[in-house]
Amino acid sequence: MNLLGENIWINGVIIIVGSAVLVFIGGVFGMLYRGIDRKLVAHMQGRVGPPIVQPFRDVQKLLMKESIIPDGAVSWLFTAAPFICLITSALLLLYIPLFGLQALLGGFGDALLIVYLLILPSLAFAVGGFASSSPYATVGAQREMVVLMSYEFPLAVAIVSLGWRIGHVTTQLTPPANPFMFSTIAEYPIWSLVGPLGIIGSLILVFTLLVVTSGKGAKVPFDVAEAETELAGGILVEYSGRNLCLFYLADIIKAFAMSSLVVALFIPYNLSPLVGIGTPVLAGIVDGLFFLVKVFAVMFISMSVIRTAMARFKISQVSWVYIIAMTLISLVGLILIAVDLMV
Amino acid sequence: MSLKAFKRALWVYHLNTGSCNGCDIEILAVLTPRYDVERFGIMLVGSPRHADVLLVTGPVVKQMVPRVKRIYEQTPDPKLVMVVGNCGIEGGVFYESYNLAGPVDQIIPVDVYVPGCPPRPEAIIHSVVMAWVKLEKAEQGVS
Repeated sequence: MNLLGENIWINGVIIIVGSAVLVFIGGVFGMLYRGIDRKLVAHMQGRVGPPIVQPFRDVQKLLMKESIIPDGAVSWLFTAAPFICLITSALLLLYIPLFGLQALLGGFGDALLIVYLLILPSLAFAVGGFASSSPYATVGAQREMVVLMSYEFPLAVAIVSLGWRIGHVTTQLTPPANPFMFSTIAEYPIWSLVGPLGIIGSLILVFTLLVVTSGKGAKVPFDVAEAETELAGGILVEYSGRNLCLFYLADIIKAFAMSSLVVALFIPYNLSPLVGIGTPVLAGIVDGLFFLVKVFAVMFISMSVIRTAMARFKISQVSWVYIIAMTLISLVGLILIAVDLMV
Repeated sequence: MSLKAFKRALWVYHLNTGSCNGCDIEILAVLTPRYDVERFGIMLVGSPRHADVLLVTGPVVKQMVPRVKRIYEQTPDPKLVMVVGNCGIEGGVFYESYNLAGPVDQIIPVDVYVPGCPPRPEAIIHSVVMAWVKLEKAEQGVS
C-alpha cells in the first residue's frame, strides 16, 4: 500500500516543501493576528496598545535571551516539550484547509483526526509543566489537564453532530463520501442542508465551538493554567529564552489553526464563485483574502471580545462551564438538528 | 537579532524588597490606560524567568538579601535592573534603620535609578528611555 500515490518522490517533496511553506505562512499570519488582537483589546480598554508588529519583536527578543534549565527539572523532557508543542501545533495547519485551498494532507485525515491532534499541544504543554519541578508549574499543568478534559466533550459533540447531519446526505451518494472530510463539508455546507430549526441548532454549535476556541487558545476567562496573577505564569513559570519562544509560537499557531477549523467547518464558502471570477490566480487571491477575513471574524469574537469583556474563571467554574453548561448547550444544538431532520 | 527588538519588547518583573507600597502603586499607574506602557511593548510578567527588567522597589531588608540575589540570578541574560523610589536608592525614610541590609546597589548591580517618593509615572517611563539610551551606548561600545 502506497499512501503517496504513483510518483512517490515528487509527492514526498511536494509535501515536505509545502509543509514548510504552510507552517511559515501560518506562523507569520498567526503573529500578525496576535498583534491585531492585542491592539484591538487595548483600544477596547481605552489604551493605545502595542504596535501590530509587537509579536515579531517579542519572538526576536526571546531568541536573544538565555535559556535556563532549572536544576530540579527533568532536563531532556523540559527541553523536548516546547518542540513537541510547536510541532504538533504546526501539524494542525497541514490538515485544516487554509486560504480557500484544499488542506495539504487533506486526503489523509478528516475533522475527527483534528479533534485528536488538538489534544497533543496541550499534553506537551502539561508535560513541560510537570518536568519543570516548580510547584507553580505543577499546579498549572494539573489545571491544563482538567481544562483539556472539560472542553473535549462539547468540542466532540459540535464536530460529530455536524458530520452526522452532513452524512445523512453524503452517504446516499454513489460512491458515498466521508462526511468528516473537509472537502465534503465544503461541498455540502450545513446551512444549505437544514431547515429553520436546524439553522438554530447549527448556530448553537457555532457558539459552542467559539467558546471552546477561547479555551483552546488559553485566553482570559479560561487561562487558569497560566494565570499570571495567581500562578505567576503557571506552566510556563520556569521557561525562558528559546524554550519560552517556542511555546509562544505554538500558542499563536494553535490559535490560528483553531480559528481556521471553525471557518472550515461552518463557513466553508469561497467568494470567487459568488463574484464570478474565473481566472484561477485571481480567484485564489480573492479566496485567500476572504479566508483571512473569516478567520479574523472568528478570532475577534472568540478571543478579543470575550477576553476584554470577562475576568478569569476559577478552575472549578471553568470545568462547570464546559462539562455542564457547554455540553448541555451543544446537546440542545444536536437535538434541534435531529428534530429538524424528522419534521 | 536587533537591539531595537530587545528594547521595544521589555518584559518587566516587579520585585518588592520591603517597600511601603507607594512605588508599587505608581508602577501600576504606569500600566493603566492613562499612561499605558504596553504601547512601548512593555509587559508585566509574573516570573523572573520571563523578565528582561527587574523593577526593584524599596530598601532591601535583611530577610530579602538572599532572595534578591536569587531572583537576580534566576533572570536570564541580558537583563536590566531598575530601582524605583528613594528607598531603593539610599534608604529614604528608612535611612540607617536597624533592619536594613542597605540600598539595592549594594546587593545587585543596578542600571537605572528613578528618584522620588514615590516617583511620578512619567518619571518611571522616562527611566525606561534612559535604559534604552544605556543599551544603545553599550552596543556602540561593543561594536
